[in-house]
Amino acid sequence: MLNKGGNRDTTRMLMDRSVSGRVGVITPELDVPAASLPDAVYLRDSLPLPEVSEPEVVQYFTSLSQLNFSIDTHFYPLGSCTMKYNPKINDEVAFLPGFAGIHPQQPAEQSQGALELLYRLQEFLTEVTGMSATSLATLAGAHGELAGVLMMRAYHLARGDSGRTKMGIPDSAHGTNPASAAMAGFDVVTIPSDADGNTDLAALREIAGDDLAGVMITLPSTLGLFDSHILEVCQVVHECGGLVYGDGANMNALLGRAKLGELGFDVCHLNLHKTFSTPHGGGGPGAGPVCCGEILTPYLAAPVVERTDAGEYTLSEPAESIGKISGFHGNFGVLVRAYTYIRTLGAAGLLSISGNAVLNANYIMHELKDIYALPYDRTCMHEVVFSADLQRERGVSGLEVAKRLLDYGFHAPTMYFPLIVHEALMIEPTESETKETLDAFIDALRAIDAEATSEPELVQHAPHTTPVSRLDEATAARRPVLRWEPVEAAAD
Amino acid sequence: MVTNFQSHYIPNTPAEQDDLLAAIGLQSIDDLFADIPDGYRNPTLELPAPLSELEIQRELNELAARNRPLASGPSFLGAGSYHHFIPSIVKAIMTRGEFLTAYTPYQPEVSQGTLQVIFEFQTMISALYGMEVANAGMYDGATSVAEAVLMACRVTRRQQVIVADTVSPAYRQVIATYCQAQGITIDVTPAGQVAGAITEATAGIVAQYPNFYGSLEDLQALGEAAHADGALLVVSADPLAMGMLKPPGEFGADIVTGEGQPLGIPPSFGGPYLGLFSCKQQYIRQMPSRLVGRTTDTEGRTGYVLTLQTREQHIRRERATSNICTNEALYALASSIYLAAMGRNGLRQVAELCYHKAHYAADAIGKLDGYSLPQSAAFFQEFVVSCPKPPAEVNRRLMERNILGGLEVKDRFDNGMLLCVTEMNTRAEIDALVSALSEIA
Repeated sequence: MLNKGGNRDTTRMLMDRSVSGRVGVITPELDVPAASLPDAVYLRDSLPLPEVSEPEVVQYFTSLSQLNFSIDTHFYPLGSCTMKYNPKINDEVAFLPGFAGIHPQQPAEQSQGALELLYRLQEFLTEVTGMSATSLATLAGAHGELAGVLMMRAYHLARGDSGRTKMGIPDSAHGTNPASAAMAGFDVVTIPSDADGNTDLAALREIAGDDLAGVMITLPSTLGLFDSHILEVCQVVHECGGLVYGDGANMNALLGRAKLGELGFDVCHLNLHKTFSTPHGGGGPGAGPVCCGEILTPYLAAPVVERTDAGEYTLSEPAESIGKISGFHGNFGVLVRAYTYIRTLGAAGLLSISGNAVLNANYIMHELKDIYALPYDRTCMHEVVFSADLQRERGVSGLEVAKRLLDYGFHAPTMYFPLIVHEALMIEPTESETKETLDAFIDALRAIDAEATSEPELVQHAPHTTPVSRLDEATAARRPVLRWEPVEAAAD
Repeated sequence: MVTNFQSHYIPNTPAEQDDLLAAIGLQSIDDLFADIPDGYRNPTLELPAPLSELEIQRELNELAARNRPLASGPSFLGAGSYHHFIPSIVKAIMTRGEFLTAYTPYQPEVSQGTLQVIFEFQTMISALYGMEVANAGMYDGATSVAEAVLMACRVTRRQQVIVADTVSPAYRQVIATYCQAQGITIDVTPAGQVAGAITEATAGIVAQYPNFYGSLEDLQALGEAAHADGALLVVSADPLAMGMLKPPGEFGADIVTGEGQPLGIPPSFGGPYLGLFSCKQQYIRQMPSRLVGRTTDTEGRTGYVLTLQTREQHIRRERATSNICTNEALYALASSIYLAAMGRNGLRQVAELCYHKAHYAADAIGKLDGYSLPQSAAFFQEFVVSCPKPPAEVNRRLMERNILGGLEVKDRFDNGMLLCVTEMNTRAEIDALVSALSEIA
């Protein structure tokens, strides 16, 4: 059976399509005398790449694209991912030859426009977070986390405070937080959440001692809640000599509503590919700028952009920098898009973003909480976390509800995360959707709940209308096939 | 606070917002933020006033105009970011919303496009490098080689790594940043002495191919020396050079990483780029980041899924092989389109164009009075020139003629300048460079 990719077959891979002599690109003739080739020991005998023509490449990849759900084609309420509309102007300007066509090491006087843009973006992000300084060098959210916790480490070590080996991380945190803390050499201590979904202050006080380097807090939390103990959390950590890291993954809820720096956070990262609308691209590129308060500014990752008294822009390395953390100056093309987004919206626009994102999530919560269990029944921020426990009683799991949504033409919510909610369904509508779309989505989830009673097997075996049905992930992991092989080799 | 700014990115009008508020039973959007403590809610936010699309275009055009694009004149700067031709189909396909605005393919039933592309990518990158397995999930060349160092330590359970001093200075700095809290010792060693420095405590050795200064090193000897003591050979290799050069896998490399930017990605002031990462099959469970595997669905149809995810942060948390989550998937797509279009013949032709043009340039510059080529080893598209004057001055005078010169490497070579010549440089441009250098001398 053929997989449907538009009206073209996508089952054959590039190497299956390869025909000797087909040409995809014509290269110019050599216009200089040929040099002698290096010693044969340096030359390869064969290059096992495909030979396909240009139309085939375009048709194949276009057909593949049509197998995807995306923001431009489907409502994509994937919790914690902020799948908002990605403005097209942002892509267009990032491709300007004066941006896409410049070399990272060309002299500063030949890249003043790019450096000024970076400088202004540093200022914008510093302002949005209420911090003192920003480095744009980190390439994704987790990369920003790594830089941030290395800065915390460097700060303590510079004070001769070398016994701070522990990093406190809530049980609701993204997996990147403990993984980043481990890469920075810390032992991870888990902080439980209390019955309201806030940080359990008693548990925090127990670990707050002279071996605590700090805590990593996501605000709003991955439960979609604003931690109403946040001031106390910062106070407890600071009183024991620790620092507070802010995971800015959920900053879409707080734009213009609160500043992490004012709340007491010492350092945070932002996910520009979430809050600031740069396209996620099927898994990146992102950008994870790090913003920090005064005491950590000397430790920021290199480089940062500075403005001289003469009004020129230069790259520099902060005095006690944790060092260079990426090849050049950060994901510039992503930074151009985020800059454009902020310039387009201004303060009023950012406020409207957070307001509508939070409003839409609360509307969904309100319209569904009679049939989907709501573990924390309070005003949510940009996302709402339901539990499919009530559907589970009828033999339908959260995963199956999510898969059934695909048949209704909606991307699934995030499932089974955060880990502390049974059968979690985490829904983040963002500000980009119409009331009609929200209502259609609500209707779909109500219909699926009815199906869980009337036709549970329909839900259990979903999806039914997608290019492929449920895939055998166990076999994929047990006998990994990670590249194309010729048929003869595969048969061996 | 009443939010009355109607952005074109937000569909619901104030009247519709009021409908939603009424449904919830609230008066205003501000009521939704009551959990933010008093005194911290609605801080001042000082940003420039919003601009229309027409105005933002003008502003960005003005900023872009103050940069000199590589294509605006002869350019001979490489050193980790390269000016290569990108077929127009790359941008046409990668900007399709179905690819551009999809998330990481966690729901495989509605992400087969992205997943199959990644499988193609893994296939072509492992072929280019002559390795058994390639992943799809590193940020850039610098962070890829740093992750390879961490992986070599995990595989060997050793904590000492030797890095050749011919590896990119930026890569060496990023390796140091990644290792600063891991108790790993990094010894930067002259390239010729790496093999002799290996001991039974060495987790791995790191070389670059071609090296940062353009030369080809004897990877075979390095691999044999490393393996004799149970260490791994880690190589960072230019993927475009693999169009003609023997891949590190054929020299016995255990982990091969690289900067994917030459494969259809614009220089873009340093990013976004694409980290390449490949290894021997036996080390696969110690690999960082994402892998896509082939499987079947409930009806027996072929499909693709993220696999071996128990290595990754969202499952393994602090015991994961890396913290990487979002990376550079869109550029894995770009490089897959590029490699598919170039194909086995096109990639070889581009590599050979770079090789011959660079040798034509080096030959002519080496004959100029006052200039010399301090390295004698075979090279690909980059070479060092010792100039008769400080390279900064030479570059300044080249720019007076609208020629972008090379990178200063005078800490290693007397008045050294690292030049790069690619298929983008015509004979006329190279001749212009040579005659300008001659005049400057």
